[in-house]
Amino acid sequence: MPTLLSAWFNSHQPNLHPPSFYSLSLFRSSHPPPSPNPTLAMALSRFASSSRSGSLLKPLSSAISLRRPISTDTTPITLETSVPFTAHQCEAPSRTVQTSANELLTFFRDMALMRRMEIAADSLYKAKLIRGFCHLYDGQEAVAVGMEAALTKKDCIITAYRDHCTFMARGGTLLEVFAELMGRQAGCSRGKGGSMHFYKKDSNFYGGHGIVGAQVPLGCGLAFAQKYSKDEAVTFALYGDGAANQGQLFEALNISALWDLPAILVCENNHYGMGTAEWRAAKSPAYYKRGDYAPGLKVDGMDVLAVKQACTFAKEHALKNGPIILEMDTYRYHGHSMSDPGSTYRTRDEITGVRQERDPIERIRKLILSHDLATEKELKDIEKEVRKEVDDAIAQAKENPVPESSELFTNVYAKGLGVESFGADRKEVRATLP
Amino acid sequence: MLGIARQKMLEQSSKKIRPAVSMLRNYSSAAKEMTVRTALNSALDEEMSADSKVFLMGEEVGEYQGAYKITKGLLDKYGPERVLDTPITEAGFTGIAVGAAYYGLKPVVEFMTFNFSMQAIDHIINSAAKSNYMSAGQISVPIVFRGPNGAAAGVGAQHSQCYAAWYATCPGLKVLTPYNSEDARGLLKAAIRDPDPVVFLENELLYGESFPISDEVLDSSFCLPIGKAKIERKGKHVTIAAYSKMVGYSLKAAEILEKDGIDAEVINLRSIRPLDRSTINDSVRKTNRLVTVEEAFPQHGVGAEICACVVEESFAYLDAPVERIAGADVPMPYAANLERMAVPQVEDIVRAAKRACYRSVP
Repeated sequence: MPTLLSAWFNSHQPNLHPPSFYSLSLFRSSHPPPSPNPTLAMALSRFASSSRSGSLLKPLSSAISLRRPISTDTTPITLETSVPFTAHQCEAPSRTVQTSANELLTFFRDMALMRRMEIAADSLYKAKLIRGFCHLYDGQEAVAVGMEAALTKKDCIITAYRDHCTFMARGGTLLEVFAELMGRQAGCSRGKGGSMHFYKKDSNFYGGHGIVGAQVPLGCGLAFAQKYSKDEAVTFALYGDGAANQGQLFEALNISALWDLPAILVCENNHYGMGTAEWRAAKSPAYYKRGDYAPGLKVDGMDVLAVKQACTFAKEHALKNGPIILEMDTYRYHGHSMSDPGSTYRTRDEITGVRQERDPIERIRKLILSHDLATEKELKDIEKEVRKEVDDAIAQAKENPVPESSELFTNVYAKGLGVESFGADRKEVRATLP
Repeated sequence: MLGIARQKMLEQSSKKIRPAVSMLRNYSSAAKEMTVRTALNSALDEEMSADSKVFLMGEEVGEYQGAYKITKGLLDKYGPERVLDTPITEAGFTGIAVGAAYYGLKPVVEFMTFNFSMQAIDHIINSAAKSNYMSAGQISVPIVFRGPNGAAAGVGAQHSQCYAAWYATCPGLKVLTPYNSEDARGLLKAAIRDPDPVVFLENELLYGESFPISDEVLDSSFCLPIGKAKIERKGKHVTIAAYSKMVGYSLKAAEILEKDGIDAEVINLRSIRPLDRSTINDSVRKTNRLVTVEEAFPQHGVGAEICACVVEESFAYLDAPVERIAGADVPMPYAANLERMAVPQVEDIVRAAKRACYRSVP
């Protein structure tokens, strides 16, 4: 036991097991990771939670500070994705991925934050603080988080109306989200957009679109502009399995392939286009193949590491060879929107089944615990922290004022030319557009 | 740029140009003439030369030199990266152009006719017009959609509609309707420089028409203000407000009316959105009578909007009901005699002006 402890002190690694017992090298799926040493874990956690501090405890407590919940350890950890990639017209990337404790814990935190945010939005909608449309992303967090990890802020992202988490991944704040949802001034669109119209131009996030499928040609246009400007960056245009049948998608893909645009079309296949299952809407639901001449990759969208790997691969591919399609096999726990219970066209068993077997956050939690990158308590603490952050942001958003009446007339044009605009009663309400 | 303009003008001046002697009265240094086609081409050329972010996209704009030769010579001059031939996929290429505008480029999209813009109208309205508002100013869309609009000659119902009223309804868009070469140059240059989405409605039958043009108009910095109408002909008895080809018809009608002692004021609207309500109202307050003229379908049209705004703001000044001349309320027929009945003719404008002046039985 003492030998283990000293080895642990010396290695500075968040790893309770001696190297011989647990390997940091390639994991085969046939060798499940060994379970953490319970005695040592218990011993350390007791030290951690103890309020007594004696000279005996000091070295340990300082050692414990090396194992913070958000680990800054960037030592590479090599893992395999849950399933291999399936490729169309290209060679699939390897399922071996490089990650680190830091990255995995960041993934966990980010996804937990998104999950909590969406659940909170559900309650706010039911409390009638959010109006109109509200399309929630819980279940699909791995796509937003994994994609962002593969990109830089020079790369562009455009998506449809299920955009809250993508906005967050691009650097948006919780206050901007909740204030926008509640139609307040501090919202990312100053309350004028709403749930479906989040934008963050300084992070190259172009929304947020209400018209199904329209975002795909727009995304190809962003890619065109990146190529035109010689920016050496790519655009990820996200769409759902429902939008995958839109004609304009194929029109845009055709042009992108002809002009070699650095466009990546990402189909977030959550298997239901509103209430219509994919097999009822698409003659060929193999969305990654629908690009025909364009290569495609099918990815387990619930595995954040697979998403990251696929997006890294796609970015490299698109910069050299033009458009590529990524199909993310994912799932949404909520219905299409808050008006849809989500249980009339799919069984509750199916929903709970996915939650139990494939939940992206649970997958990372298991990975973190099995590799001893954090304890269960530390992860629970992260979730508590995240919950508090969300609650605080909601409280702040609730206090935030609604837009000034004059905002009705702002931003109609970028250059208003001093033109007049009118309210409902034009003899009562007129404004000059700046 | 100026070189091309001068070359084209030399070509034009050697041909016989349409007389329109009375119009020359309005142009002080009226030695040079230019066709609308050349005016548009020169405007595109100059703006592309001045700003590397400007690029052209559309069907046949490149190698074919433009379906109506508006983009002639531009592919050779600027290369295939800036003059892009698209497949026949309006929804796709319009969306791509709007996306490029989101990023900060300045696309000029050509619709072979605006009838085909209906295939892309979602991108014009929902992706372009509304984005600046929905994003509270983060995403501006400096794009121009241009092309021939309205009736041509014998092209039938699906190729003859005027979309001015449709696009002008939408806040966030600017809608321009040039008439002569000066308008074509000045408004297109202004449209390309404008940071908002502009729908630029040309007219196929005007492309080949030549108009006198001054040195000022030929200058590469020449721009016309968006949202300002022009009084093409000053008068005092009745105001005739028109846009595009109907301005020419209205001017001819004014000549005929003059012989009957009616001095008509002809307004070239130039801009349907923003509509120059103050110029229209000022004119009506002077003449007290109004005739609106458009080639488009009458219901919910530009004339209806002008009438409403005059009734709202200058009711006390009206001495007669507002008269409205528009295209017939039918899809455009093919047979020449029926087609003639389906679009306004000069005599229709004359008759309406006389009615407004109580010179004929209403």
